[in-house]
Amino acid sequence: MILPALFFYLFAGVCVASAFMVIASRNPVHSVLFLILTFVNASGLFMLLGAEFLAMILIVVYVGAVAVLFLFVVMMLDVDFVELRQGFLNYLPVGALVGIVVLIELMLVLGGAVISPGAAKSIVTPIPQDISNTGALGLVLYTRYIYFFQAAGLILLVAMIGAIVLTLHHRPSAKRQSIPAQNARNTANSIEVRKVASGEGLQP
Amino acid sequence: MTETFQFAALAPVLPEISLAVGAMVLLMFGAVMKDRALNFVSVMSILLLLAVGYWVSTMPSDKAAMGGSFISDDFGRFMKVLTLTGSAFAILLARGFLTAPGRVLFEFPILIVLATTGMMIMISAGDLIALYLGLELMSLSLYVVAAIDRENVRSTEAGLKYFVLGALSSGMLLYGASLVYGFTGTVNFAGIAKEATHGGVGLTIGLVFVLAGLCFKVSAVPFHMWTPDVYEGAPTPVTAFFAAAPKVAAMALFVRVALTAFPTIAPQWQQIIVFVSIASMVLGAFAAIGQTNIKRLMGYSSIGHMGFALVGLASGTADGVQGVLVYMAIYMTMTLGTFACILAMRREGGSVETISDLAGLSRTNPALAFFLAMLMFSLAGIPPLAGFFAKLYVFLAAIKAGMFTLSVIGVLASVVGAYYYLRIVKVMYFDEPAQAFAPMRGELKLVLAISGLLVLLFFIYPSPLVNAAAVAAKSLF
Repeated sequence: MILPALFFYLFAGVCVASAFMVIASRNPVHSVLFLILTFVNASGLFMLLGAEFLAMILIVVYVGAVAVLFLFVVMMLDVDFVELRQGFLNYLPVGALVGIVVLIELMLVLGGAVISPGAAKSIVTPIPQDISNTGALGLVLYTRYIYFFQAAGLILLVAMIGAIVLTLHHRPSAKRQSIPAQNARNTANSIEVRKVASGEGLQP
Repeated sequence: MTETFQFAALAPVLPEISLAVGAMVLLMFGAVMKDRALNFVSVMSILLLLAVGYWVSTMPSDKAAMGGSFISDDFGRFMKVLTLTGSAFAILLARGFLTAPGRVLFEFPILIVLATTGMMIMISAGDLIALYLGLELMSLSLYVVAAIDRENVRSTEAGLKYFVLGALSSGMLLYGASLVYGFTGTVNFAGIAKEATHGGVGLTIGLVFVLAGLCFKVSAVPFHMWTPDVYEGAPTPVTAFFAAAPKVAAMALFVRVALTAFPTIAPQWQQIIVFVSIASMVLGAFAAIGQTNIKRLMGYSSIGHMGFALVGLASGTADGVQGVLVYMAIYMTMTLGTFACILAMRREGGSVETISDLAGLSRTNPALAFFLAMLMFSLAGIPPLAGFFAKLYVFLAAIKAGMFTLSVIGVLASVVGAYYYLRIVKVMYFDEPAQAFAPMRGELKLVLAISGLLVLLFFIYPSPLVNAAAVAAKSLF
C-alpha cells in the first residue's frame, strides 16, 4: 500500500510544483517545458488510478502535439512576455476570483461524493471490472462504433484536403529537388574539362 | 461486451461508402494527373452523385443499421435523392468557374462529393453522434469551398466568417447534445424520445441549444447573420451550392431531430420553431428590400424561404412534414435555376452581380429574362407556378393544426417579399437596356431550362412529387 501512496505524492507534488513554475518562470520556453512536465506527471496520476488509456492519450496528444505546438509558436512568434506580464497585479483580483470560483466548483464536485456515496454506483453504464479500459475501447471502437470511427476519419481527410487547397501555392520559379535527375547525372554529362588561357578567365 | 462485425450489416450504408471511396479515388486521380484531371474529375463526380442518387432511390427502406446510428427510411431516401441531385447540379453550374484561366481546382468537385457524404450521414442520423459527425463533415467541406477562390479577399473573408460562426454553432449544438445525453442517458433518438416524457429544465435547455445549432445550419433567424455575407463573398457557383443541397440536408436533419428525438415534448419545440419561423419570414421579407447585390438578395430570400419551410414543421403533423418536403424540393429547383441566371450575368470584364446590371434584359436576351422572371414569380409564390404550391402545402398544414396567427403572418410576409422579386422583373422588362451579357454557357442553359420548365409545368402533374413526399412524411410518424 505504501508504494502507490509514495508515487501519488511524488507525481502530485511534482505536478503542482511544475504547474506553479509554468506561470512563474520568466522564460516562455521554460514555461512550456514545465507544462510538459505537468502533463507527464498528470499522466502518471491517471496511471495510478488504472486509467492507462487516458494516461497514454495525455502523453500522445498533449505532450506530443499540443505542447510541441505551443513550443513552436513561442519560438516562432516574437512575443514580448515581459510586456505581457505588466499589469499582473492589476489583474490579480480578477484572476483570484476566477481561481476561487473554480476551487468552489471542484469542492462541490468532490463534496457530492461525500454527501451521497451511492452516486458513483448509479451510473448508467457500469464499469466492467474484468477488462482493461484500452481493451474495452478496442472491442467496440472497430465494431459497434466503426461507423463513427470512419466518419471521423473522413472529417480529418476533408481537413487535410482543405489545408492543402487553401495554402499550397505552386510556384513555377521555385527550385525543387528532382531525384531521377540527380540519379541520372554522371561524370560524362556533369563535368567538362576546358583549357583556360592564362590571365583571361572562363566565359560561361 | 464483445460485438462482432459483419460485412452484411454494411448493406444499407453502401451508397455512403461508395461516395466516400469514389471521392478518394478521384482525389488520387487528381493528385497524380494535376491540372489535366479537372474535366474528368468533375464529370465523374457528377455521374457518381447521380448514380448514387438512383441507387438510393431503389434501396429497401425501414432498416436501422450500425446499431441504430443509421436509419434508412422513406424520408431519408426522399431527402437524399434531393441532396444528391442538388450537389450534382451545383458541380455542373461550377464548370465555367473551374475552367477559368489560371485556376486549377480539381478538389472542388471532390469536396462537394465529401460534403454530400456528410449530408447523407446527417439525413440518416439515428443518434446524436452521427448527427454531429455528419454535420461536421458537411460544414468543414463547406468552409473550405467558401474560401476556395483564395486569391480573392472576399472569398477568403466569407470562408473565415463562415468557419468562425460555424464553429460557434457547432459548440452550441454539442453543448445541447451533451445536456440531452446527460438528462436522458442515451444518444439514440428513439431512446431520447422514450426518456424525454419526463421533461425537465435540463432537457429543455439541451433542446434549445440543439435547435440553435440546427437553426444556424438552415440559416434561420436569429442565427442568420452569416448568410448574406457568405452568399455575397463566396464565388457564385459556391453560393449556388450553399443555397441548394446543404439547406435541404440541414432541414431534413431538423425535421428528423424534432420528430424522432423529441416527439414527446413537441409543445416545447413547437414554440421555438414558431418564433424562428415568424422571425425568418419577416426578416427575409424586409431586409431584402434594400439590397442591390443579387447574391445578397438571394441570401435574404433563402432566410425567408427557410422560415416558410419551418411553418410546416411547426405544425408537427404528417401533413406539415409533407409540406416541408415539397417546399424543399421546389425551393431547390427554383434556387438552382436562379443561380444559373446569376452565373450567366457575365460581360467581357467578368461577372457582374448588381440588380441594375439586369436592366432591360428582356430586350437583350428575351429567353433569359423570361425564365428569370418566371423563377422570380415562383419565388414570390404567385400561382400557378411551383413556388405557390410549395407555400400552399405548408400553410394548409399549419391551418389544419390550428396555427392561424403563424399562417396569417406568413402570408403577409410573402406579400412583402413579393415586392423585391417583382422589382427584379420590373428592372428587366421596363428599364433602359444595359450592355448585353456574354453568351450563356451550355450547361447553364441546360440547368435553367430544366428548372424553369419544372417550375412552370409543376401544376399540370404535381402528383409524383406530392405523393413521394406524403410517403416519406408518413415514415416519420
